[in-house]
Amino acid sequence: MTQAQWIKRVVKPLAFVASLGPFAWLTRDILTGNLGANPVERITHFTGLTALTFLLITLGITPARRLFRLSPLIQLRRMLGLYAFFYAVLHFTIYGLDRTLFEGTGLSFRSIVEDVGKRPYITVGFTAFLILGALAATSTNGMVKRLGGKRWQRLHQLVYVAAALGVLHFLWLVKADVRQPVAYGLVLVGLLATRLVYQRLRSARPAAERRSREPTPALESS
Amino acid sequence: MLIKRPPDIPSSEITDQSLYFSRREFMAAAGALIAGSAGRRFEGSVAAPGSTNRRAVEPSNRQSVDANDTPTPYEDVTTYNNFYEFGTDKSDPAKHAHTLKARPWTLRVEGEVHQPRTWDVEEILKDFPAEERIYRHRCVEAWSMVIPWGGFELGKFLKRSEPTSFAKYVEFTTLHDRKQMPGQRSGVLPWPYVEGLRMDEAMHPLAILVTELYGKPVPSQNGAPIRLAVPWKYGFKSIKSIVRVRLVREQPLNTWNVVAPHEYGFYANVNPAVDHPRWSQKRERRIGELFKRPTLLFNGYGEQVASLYAGMDLRKYF
Repeated sequence: MTQAQWIKRVVKPLAFVASLGPFAWLTRDILTGNLGANPVERITHFTGLTALTFLLITLGITPARRLFRLSPLIQLRRMLGLYAFFYAVLHFTIYGLDRTLFEGTGLSFRSIVEDVGKRPYITVGFTAFLILGALAATSTNGMVKRLGGKRWQRLHQLVYVAAALGVLHFLWLVKADVRQPVAYGLVLVGLLATRLVYQRLRSARPAAERRSREPTPALESS
Repeated sequence: MLIKRPPDIPSSEITDQSLYFSRREFMAAAGALIAGSAGRRFEGSVAAPGSTNRRAVEPSNRQSVDANDTPTPYEDVTTYNNFYEFGTDKSDPAKHAHTLKARPWTLRVEGEVHQPRTWDVEEILKDFPAEERIYRHRCVEAWSMVIPWGGFELGKFLKRSEPTSFAKYVEFTTLHDRKQMPGQRSGVLPWPYVEGLRMDEAMHPLAILVTELYGKPVPSQNGAPIRLAVPWKYGFKSIKSIVRVRLVREQPLNTWNVVAPHEYGFYANVNPAVDHPRWSQKRERRIGELFKRPTLLFNGYGEQVASLYAGMDLRKYF
């Protein structure tokens, strides 16, 4: 098996199953009533943190490809990004339930509208969620073709904005202990920094050499 | 343990059915007095001291003043709370508070008093037998519990030390010991934790020093061996594991106000009309319940405490 085949046939299925792990734990804890005194809060925090984690893992794919010269890793990126969106959907769903149905005041979306409008950490979190939704919706090969590679790529650079807003959302919601959100922020900064460094190095190298070493463009073959 | 239920403090106890119905009648009779969204209009509308303040309670809130204030299970009370001295997750105190040594323990009373004194906690337990007080506990994070504390009136305890006429506030301090409280190794909060009350708040019969929970010594994670419970204020006012009580002339600092002054005030009275900048305080989740319930002004203790704040702008002094 070539490296690419190995990643496609072994690593990717494994990563797919492993990415379902947090969802499986959560389901188990819900079914066994193992969520502590405040299950809604626990689920909200867990799904939010998982979504952000997946977002950072997704952003780690490109640096990892370059660092380990493992271009075929690209085959994991879309899947991991979609998992980030999947956990973000769970996160938004439990938040949405908490601010509508669970309010106990009848079904009204006023609380959410108020949150999004008045509370900056919700505003940025909600924006990040919308971005992830747009990226997920345009994640198919068909959409890449329809948009055209360049435009598609520019659109999908919004993932950086989503990740930054996600970290900001986390930072602004904690009461005093900023250690964890700061750690996530540092990882994000690190991931972005590798891209800048890489671009510097690349522009310093001659074009011919670049072509031979450059990983194939962002698209995943399928 | 002596279980004494002061008859003059109805909201502080679980309401049994007969009381429930009599309260209903009482509230119905008072109906005419009830203002629409009174939380907002409360400023300056408080009745004279001694009379009750029914305006402060929204009509829609009444049912939950009365109905099913069932004590939160011991398990939840002791595994879900904030006590940053042991970590910032609400499951941390239960996991890490075993390092706290609740004996020997001394509590120093000093400042504007004629009789400063260092109490051994055993002496306190002997001199001030615990009586059960079942209080609603409303965290500033919009969750709440119903907790069967055991303790005694803070006011009676303070009087032992004979406050001087200069005593205007009371300042409380938590133990500061990184070995016993590993959370203090982080700079998350300035240590030690401090809190304060105005003198009249401290002397109010609802304000108690807690030594028991569910009839047993209060566990380390809940503030052993002695803590405060001020049920009409957000939970962070009810400082835990107290080592010093100082009567002072000026308003003391309180930790959360120092950390985030626009989010946490000195008074911190439970008030559904004044939102936390980052979340609404209108409703709360009672631990163990899925659907939230309305938050009550002064956590439902307005009848007893509203007069303390007559004429005060509760938005300004949040």
